[in-house]
Amino acid sequence: MNIAVIQSPGSNCDQDALYALRNQFGADARYVWHDDSSLHGFDAVVIPGGFTYGDYLRGGAIASRAKIMSEVVRFANEGRLVLGICNGFQILTELGLLPGALIRNGGLRFVCKKVQIAAVNKTSPWTKNVDRVLTVPVAHNEGRYVADETTLEALRRQNRIAFRYCDPSGSFTPESNPNGAADSIAGVLNEQGNVLGLMPHPERAVDTLLGGEDGRLILGCLVGA
Amino acid sequence: MLVTLKPELLDTQGRAVSDALRSLGFKDLVDVRVGKLIEIHTQNGEKSEVDKMCRALLANPVIEQYTIEDEA
Repeated sequence: MNIAVIQSPGSNCDQDALYALRNQFGADARYVWHDDSSLHGFDAVVIPGGFTYGDYLRGGAIASRAKIMSEVVRFANEGRLVLGICNGFQILTELGLLPGALIRNGGLRFVCKKVQIAAVNKTSPWTKNVDRVLTVPVAHNEGRYVADETTLEALRRQNRIAFRYCDPSGSFTPESNPNGAADSIAGVLNEQGNVLGLMPHPERAVDTLLGGEDGRLILGCLVGA
Repeated sequence: MLVTLKPELLDTQGRAVSDALRSLGFKDLVDVRVGKLIEIHTQNGEKSEVDKMCRALLANPVIEQYTIEDEA
């Protein structure tokens, strides 16, 4: 699989993503600069985490207007895999590929810790291999997913809630929701299920040396698992 | 241009400021909301053009509302 890792000014999980995809999965992953205009030859796109443009204006707002992004929209609409992690998730909502928005954490603090998530959707490429509660790290200041009730209802009805924060037993409690996200939502899918936005960092959980490898179950579909 | 979070959304920054003001003894306080002021200078000063800018980038209609004030 040829995987594009989009680099914008202020991306800071780009190397983690590239490392995970190359060294842990053996994928042919390469950087694509935000000012490039082509995704020719790629099978999938990862928009990594970071603080593009220092979160100026809104998280992901400026990066989502970069030249490569119209190509990412076209790519996604062709049904190919697109993953936005953390700031990448913010970029996907700003782009309009995913509904809702991510705003300041409810607890007023930057949250940096391991959390548990459970797959709600069981059929998308990203969730089909997730058969248990996963432990993955989060690190964000603006990770509180919000959307109006109509949108949330549509997400539930269309089975587009990919992941929710939960406790180790898989229960969705207020205490296990790290940022006050609506419905404890940690990740959402587009209608076709090929685009995933995810606040937690699966690319930081691919090696037991780094504290766990549950992220593999999510990223596996990028290499055909 | 003035941008604020939609009223139905919890404005955490506003809440923190509000808590701080209350701790300073301002008992009359009801609510604080923090927004952004964006100054835009254009050649022709056409409000419709500024409105386009708001919709293209400056405000996110999913979470924000905005008003444009003219200062010729």
